[in-house]
Amino acid sequence: MKKLFKAENQLPASLRPSRTTSGITFAVLVFAAVYFMLPVWWLIVQSTKTWADMLSSSPLLFASTNSLSANIHQVITYDGGNFPLWVANSVFYSGSTAILGTLISLGCGYSFSKFRYRGKKILLGIILVGMLLPASLLTIPLFYLFNTLNIVNTVWSIIIPCSVSPFGVFLAMIYCGTVPTELIEAARIDGAGELTIFFRVVLRLLGPATVTIALFIFVATWNNFLLPLVMLRGKDLLPVTLGLYTWQNYKAEILIAQVLTGSLLGVIPVVILFLALQRYWRAGLSQGSVKA
Amino acid sequence: MARVADRFRVRREAVVGLSFAFPFFAFFTLSFIAPIISSAYSSVFSKQLTDGGFGPEELLFVGFDNYAVVLKSAAWWSGLGNVVTYGVIKIPLVMGSALTLALLLDSPAARGVKVFRLLYFLPYAVPGVVGAILWTNLYSPNLSPFNGILHLVGLDASIFTSPHMLNPSMANMTAWTFVGYNMIIFMATLTSIPRELYEAARIDGASEWQVVWRIKLPMLRGALLVTVLLSIIGTVQWFNEPVVLRTTLPTISSNYTPMMMAYQQAFDSQNTGLASATSILMALIAGILAAAWLGFQAMQRRTGTDGFDL
Repeated sequence: MKKLFKAENQLPASLRPSRTTSGITFAVLVFAAVYFMLPVWWLIVQSTKTWADMLSSSPLLFASTNSLSANIHQVITYDGGNFPLWVANSVFYSGSTAILGTLISLGCGYSFSKFRYRGKKILLGIILVGMLLPASLLTIPLFYLFNTLNIVNTVWSIIIPCSVSPFGVFLAMIYCGTVPTELIEAARIDGAGELTIFFRVVLRLLGPATVTIALFIFVATWNNFLLPLVMLRGKDLLPVTLGLYTWQNYKAEILIAQVLTGSLLGVIPVVILFLALQRYWRAGLSQGSVKA
Repeated sequence: MARVADRFRVRREAVVGLSFAFPFFAFFTLSFIAPIISSAYSSVFSKQLTDGGFGPEELLFVGFDNYAVVLKSAAWWSGLGNVVTYGVIKIPLVMGSALTLALLLDSPAARGVKVFRLLYFLPYAVPGVVGAILWTNLYSPNLSPFNGILHLVGLDASIFTSPHMLNPSMANMTAWTFVGYNMIIFMATLTSIPRELYEAARIDGASEWQVVWRIKLPMLRGALLVTVLLSIIGTVQWFNEPVVLRTTLPTISSNYTPMMMAYQQAFDSQNTGLASATSILMALIAGILAAAWLGFQAMQRRTGTDGFDL
C-alpha cells in the first residue's frame, strides 16, 4: 500500500483519480466484500442458535438466547465424540503430507536445478503435464490399484497421493535456482556428503521458502474430499471435511445447528494458518504465475 | 586420464541427481501413472457371471464395449450437458470477477487494498465441501438470509434450486471459493509490472482506462491463460457441489455429473470396467479441452492482436 500512495503522489494533480472514481471504486469493493463475508457472518450467527431459533429469528442477527456452547458441546460429543478425532485426523493427514510432500518436492526441484543428466527434460515435462492432470478423475482408478495393494482404508491411501504435488516441485525448482552453485561446490570440496549438503546447506538457505510449499500441500490435503470419500470406510479414519459431509448427509433438520457449528470449528484451523502465513501464500501464487 | 575422471564425474552427477528426484517420481508413479495404466487395462474387461449366474465371477475381455455402454447411456450425455452449462457460467464468472477486483485493487483509486484483498481471499481457506454445505443451507428456503430481499419481489430462496437456476447457483458456490484465489494470482502479475510504465503512459496523455486496456490486460494474458486452463480441468471433474446439494435436493440425480456417474458405477454397481471407462473418457475430454484452449491462444497470438481480446 505504501507503494501505491507513493506512485499516486508522483502523479500530477490533474491525473489523480477524481472523487467520483474513488467513490465508485470503493462502493464496488465494499459490495464484493459483503458478498464474500456474508456467508461467514451468517455461519457465525447460526452457530449461536438452536434449530428453532434459526426458524424464528432473523438469519443475519443473533437470537435472544446464545446457544453457542450448547452447540459446541453437541458437536464434540455427538455419536460418541467423533468430531475431535476427525479434526485430529485432518491435522495428522495435512501435517504429515506437508512434511513428506515438501521434502520430496524439494529433492526433485534440487535435482532439476543443480544437476545435469540425460532425460531431465523428459522428467521436467512429466512434472508440467502432472500439474494439468485431472487428479480427481484418477481417484477411482487409484482406489482399484490401492485395493489390490491392500492399503485401502489405511492412512497410506491418503498420505501417498496427497504428498505428490507437481506444483510443489515447480516452486522448489524456482527456489533451488536461487541457491548459489559455488556454495554447493565449496561444501563438496570440503568433503560434505550429498545428503548433508541437501539438508544442511540447501534446506537451511531456502528456509522460509519451504513454508510456502508446505502450506500449499497442507491446505490441499485439508480440503480434499473425494479421495477420503473413496478410500476410507467407517468413522475412525475420516478427516473433518468428510465427517461433516456424513452429518449433512443424514438429511436431518435437527442436526443443522450441529453441522453448521462443526463447519465453523472445522474451518478455524485453516483460517488461522491463512492469516498467520498470508505472505507465504502470496509468494507462492506470484512465483507460480509470473514464472509460468 | 583426465577424460576418465571427467566421465566418472558426469556419471556420478547423474546418479546423485536422479537419486534426489527418485522419491518424488516413485510417489508420482504410484499415484498418477499406475492408475492411468491399470484403469486403461480394466476398462477393456467386464465381470461376467458363469454357469448362468451360479458360478464364480469371471473377467472377460470385451474390447471397447464398456466405452460403448457409457457413450450410449443417456446419463453420460446429460451429465456432460450439466458440466458444459456449469462451466460456461462458472469460468467467465470467476475469471471476470477476479480480473475486475484485481484491476480495481491495483488502480490508484483504491483504498484499503490489504483489507479487501484478505477478505476476498479468505473463502479459499474454507474447504470446498464445507463451502458447499454452507451454500446448500444458504439456499434453503427455511434458513436463507436472501429471503428478505426475494420476498420483496414475491419470491423465496427456493428460486436458487429451481431447475433453471440449479447450475448457475452451483457456479456461484464455486465462484465464492475461487474468485479471491485467482484475484491474488492476477494481482501478483500486476505488481510485477514496473509502476513507471503506467506513470509514463499517463503523463503522455493516456487515460486510466487506456492504461488498463493497453498495458495491464495484455500483461495479464499469461496468467489468464494458466488460470482458465486449470479452471477447465477443474470443471471436467465437477463433483463436490452437486454431491453436497444432493443431500437436501433429491432432484439432483446420483449421476448428475460424469464424475458422479463414475463414482456410482464404482461403488453402487461395483462395475470396475464401466467406472474405468468413464474416468478415462473424462480424462480424454479434459485433455482435448486443455489442448483446444492452448491452441486457440496460440492462434490468437500468431494473428498478432493489438491490445486485449479474448
